[in-house]
Amino acid sequence: MTQFGQREAWIRELLAEAGQACLDDTGVPPTEIEHLYVANMASGEFEGQTGVPNALAHDLSCLPAYAQRVDQTSASGGAGIYAAWQSVASGASGMTLLVGGEKMTHRSTAETTDVIASLTHPVEYKHGVTLPSFAGLTARRYLETTDAPRESLARVAVKNHRNGVDNPHAQFRTEITVEDVLASPIVADPLRLYDFCPITDGAAALLFCPVEVAAEYADDYAVVAGIGGATDTHVVHERAEPTTMNAVVESGREAYGMAGYGPEDVDVAELHDMFTILEFLQMEGLGFAEERRAWEAVEEGRTEREGELPTNTSGGLKSKGHPLGASGVAQGYEIYKQILGEAGPRQVDADVGLACNVGGFGNCVTTTIVEAGA
Amino acid sequence: MSGASSGSDTGDDGATSGRDDVEGEHEGDGEREGRPAMEAVRYDDGTLAYPGHPIGPEGGEPVETVDLSEHTAEIVTWTTSTAPPPGVPEPNHLAVVEFDLDGEAVRALGQLTTGDVEIGEAVAPTYVEQLREPGAGIREPGSQEWDGYRFEPTG
Repeated sequence: MTQFGQREAWIRELLAEAGQACLDDTGVPPTEIEHLYVANMASGEFEGQTGVPNALAHDLSCLPAYAQRVDQTSASGGAGIYAAWQSVASGASGMTLLVGGEKMTHRSTAETTDVIASLTHPVEYKHGVTLPSFAGLTARRYLETTDAPRESLARVAVKNHRNGVDNPHAQFRTEITVEDVLASPIVADPLRLYDFCPITDGAAALLFCPVEVAAEYADDYAVVAGIGGATDTHVVHERAEPTTMNAVVESGREAYGMAGYGPEDVDVAELHDMFTILEFLQMEGLGFAEERRAWEAVEEGRTEREGELPTNTSGGLKSKGHPLGASGVAQGYEIYKQILGEAGPRQVDADVGLACNVGGFGNCVTTTIVEAGA
Repeated sequence: MSGASSGSDTGDDGATSGRDDVEGEHEGDGEREGRPAMEAVRYDDGTLAYPGHPIGPEGGEPVETVDLSEHTAEIVTWTTSTAPPPGVPEPNHLAVVEFDLDGEAVRALGQLTTGDVEIGEAVAPTYVEQLREPGAGIREPGSQEWDGYRFEPTG
């Protein structure tokens, strides 16, 4: 994956940088690539550059590979993993390269927020709703209807920043305190600036092939044990309970079922912490915590790197950054590194890892479970 | 609850009319004159949705529309957004509210007229000609409506 942060490179260059690094790392010649998937939400809207899959196929000399864009808003990367896995599992491709990326920081915060908010229904959009404001609405409801202290949300940000210190690709590599979070400016009451991920440029890549082909190139590799994707209502207020993310629940159920694992078998997790409250909602939806009790696990340190379920060892979207289309792929990259024992100072003891990538405000979700191969 | 007449005004609105009914058909109804309905849809199984969709959650067909603007609602949750996108009031007070129409609940998201509210508080829809400046954001101005209802505390 590329350095995440404020980059001078544009979308084509970011995608090529990550794709080339992946090919170099695996030793697979570009001419072997049969399918190429590009996870990206909005290169046309952000930059005026469309057709990026074809551009990347050419730049990496993967021609005449079949190339396709995968857009599922913030969950484009997870959807890209699903598409790449499908291409190999179906036999359609013997070697698939997935590259996710987004170029965002050249736009103002207001413009970027608007591009992302354009995923909303007209009855939502006309009121000026943003993804951060959905987070504020949901966080207030969660805090009002549980015993969770406001500080428990701040602890998610503190933990993920601490993890990000040890990730050389992360946008922010500085620790913060609970006091810092609670003193930062309000963005969507009761959530504050440090409850939110930053705006980020970056790209990440993963290579998919049948297990027997992987064994030809590497002694160590990771295997997709289970994967599931699901959608929830487009109109967020139409959900029966605002703090329950059904697409997380359903995609997790599907992934667990395929893998033959349950939440108790997962050793490390990357959750989509675009906002601190989302880490709670995914922990509950994926069975890592009881309904409305995830805050306790965070308060008790169970999701710390030394805890029983290290969560967002990469620093998460919160400190690593959130280049929309790249994030789901970068989650997979972190789980891959953890499973192979290559996560350096972030390394935890893990045989099975899970990544949950959330688009919209839980509108579309992909959950992937990965284990060590061979 | 205001609008005790159960809110079903399909006789006037028809199942698909949005704003076309504004002129003429509501003459004499001073409160409704010059503004469109806040149109929820009732499916054939009795459930309501705002906005309406071509197919209901259980596969039901839309059979009538209900004007939510004639009813009060309760705040389910709310927020004040201090970093709104272009063309949006700053700060932007937003709420998810729930209408109870004879025991059938339906929710809506919308701007609030104030940030001084509480969960559970009663609010009434109040018409605004322009909730957000068309064309200031990324969405094509002609692709949707820009007027609608803010929620105002009734207390």
